[in-house]
Amino acid sequence: MMRYFLRRLAHAFLLIFGVSILAFLFTTLAPGNYFDEMRLNPQIAPETVAALRAQYQLDRPLPERYASWVNSLIHGEMGFSFAYNSPVAPLLLARARNTLLLTVTATVLAWGIALPLGVWSAERLGRFPDRMITWGTAALLVIPDLALALGLLVLAVRTGWFPTGGMASVDFENFSFLHKLQDLGLHTVLPILALVLSALPLLVRHVRAAVAEVLGAPFLLAAQGHGISGRTLLYRYALPAAANPLISLLGFSIGALLSGSLLIEVVMSWPGLGPFLLEAILARDLYVVIGGVLFSTIFLVAGNFLADVLLYWADPRIRTESGSR
Amino acid sequence: MQLLIKAENLVKRYARRNRGGAQEELRALDGVSFEVFAGTTLAVVGESGSGKSTLALCLACLEEATSGSIWFGGKDICKIAEKERREIRPQIQLIFQDPANSLNPRWEAIGILTEPLILQGRISREEMKERAYSLLERVGLSAEIAERLPGELSGGQRQRLAIARALALEPKVLVLDEALSALDCSVQAQIANVLLELQSALGMTCVFITHDLGMAAHLADEIVVMGGGRIVEQGRVEEVLREPREQITRRLVAAVPRLARAPMAPIGR
Repeated sequence: MMRYFLRRLAHAFLLIFGVSILAFLFTTLAPGNYFDEMRLNPQIAPETVAALRAQYQLDRPLPERYASWVNSLIHGEMGFSFAYNSPVAPLLLARARNTLLLTVTATVLAWGIALPLGVWSAERLGRFPDRMITWGTAALLVIPDLALALGLLVLAVRTGWFPTGGMASVDFENFSFLHKLQDLGLHTVLPILALVLSALPLLVRHVRAAVAEVLGAPFLLAAQGHGISGRTLLYRYALPAAANPLISLLGFSIGALLSGSLLIEVVMSWPGLGPFLLEAILARDLYVVIGGVLFSTIFLVAGNFLADVLLYWADPRIRTESGSR
Repeated sequence: MQLLIKAENLVKRYARRNRGGAQEELRALDGVSFEVFAGTTLAVVGESGSGKSTLALCLACLEEATSGSIWFGGKDICKIAEKERREIRPQIQLIFQDPANSLNPRWEAIGILTEPLILQGRISREEMKERAYSLLERVGLSAEIAERLPGELSGGQRQRLAIARALALEPKVLVLDEALSALDCSVQAQIANVLLELQSALGMTCVFITHDLGMAAHLADEIVVMGGGRIVEQGRVEEVLREPREQITRRLVAAVPRLARAPMAPIGR
């Protein structure tokens, strides 16, 4: 069993290593760099630009820069941001915290709604409530996230119920603790709603499909034939059997915690990773971009690893396959 | 002989939509009546689509008939509430065609066998284990397979396990829906022998649903031949097979393979 996990873990680290190299390579291959715009400015001497490039080691060969980046990664800095004139890691962490506040809440909510709704729908397969849910999710599915976010913003502007962007009111610093919490809560409503609405249809459909497939299985009919009641049948037989695809999907959900909300953050000016990375990409703030990519990759890989662990725990067939018995 | 099951004028219709979206009625059972006596085996034969599987589901109380009655234990099991039906179900156990998906693929053999016993909740864990092992022996499985998953068993072993699981509830009737059809010939013969042993040792009443007249003749006392949701012919097995009156029966009789004893005709000159 340990061997199975160790192998998966080694796999994960290898993947992160590979992605870091690719991220490095591609961001460097992209034309231009942070200091190029200075060259257009007649007031800055070419020597100054060259000196800056040298200071940030942009004139060094790629392997050397990668090595020094890895070194700074080990020291918990992840390189240096040109724009903020500071190590990348603390910058990213502050933004990632804001992003996670949104995405963790939204993911928990979306799963919390999708699971019962999907099961409920699957139990009524082909009947009216199920058809309504199928249509509803299809409708939500075809609305692009951008349109969804903009629509919600229009709603907020028209009604004035919710603030239309940002994470805090102007004089947030002077609020009492409870007032701060309330203010933060109000600001999270729109982006979380947008995230939940964009994630929900896919989740509901997957849950519905997985449960519906199991509900038609002969072993469930056999269990029913033993005189087992409907509730027990659902919880003890159907749901464990339907779990595998959903666990994999949960892995993806966790993997998308850092990267799934970027667009919505930009539209709703949420001070998370989204606007931060967009800015960094436009300014060619190299190490910030690489740091962002690495962060998302770590989450993606961790999500998949977690799914593997859960699957191993949930399904005895995987245990026998991995040769631990 | 004691009458155990009496089906009267059983009708089962399904509403389904055809491609145009119009409601279409499918008559799976169209007025079926028969009797099953305790300790005997009734074979239900017919081509696919003749309503055999629907009949199996109705008998096992897993599908509600549209009209008609099935008398069992003094009650019409077509007309009782779901709660009562749940109490009837353990007494009439259904065995499916494909044991690969009628056994929970995540449970070990021993877990599959003790599950119905846990449901009854009357006996201790130790007793359950003991019962499970004696059931394995009863259907000719070795105790070694107790900790295997269904996926690690052969088709024959799985079907034996499915039979053992059905027996765990000590049912009065076994309904076997094409239970041998998915197996190799030699394995079919082995399982058929297991069934014959059960009949003689436990006096088990069986409803044996099949399209294989040969196997029906081997296992059954009475036979019912179905076609298009109706019973076209019924009676003692020997009589029906000796003088099949209906076209459908003749076709089924003709489909029973025989070993060719005659020497092969010379090819060419």
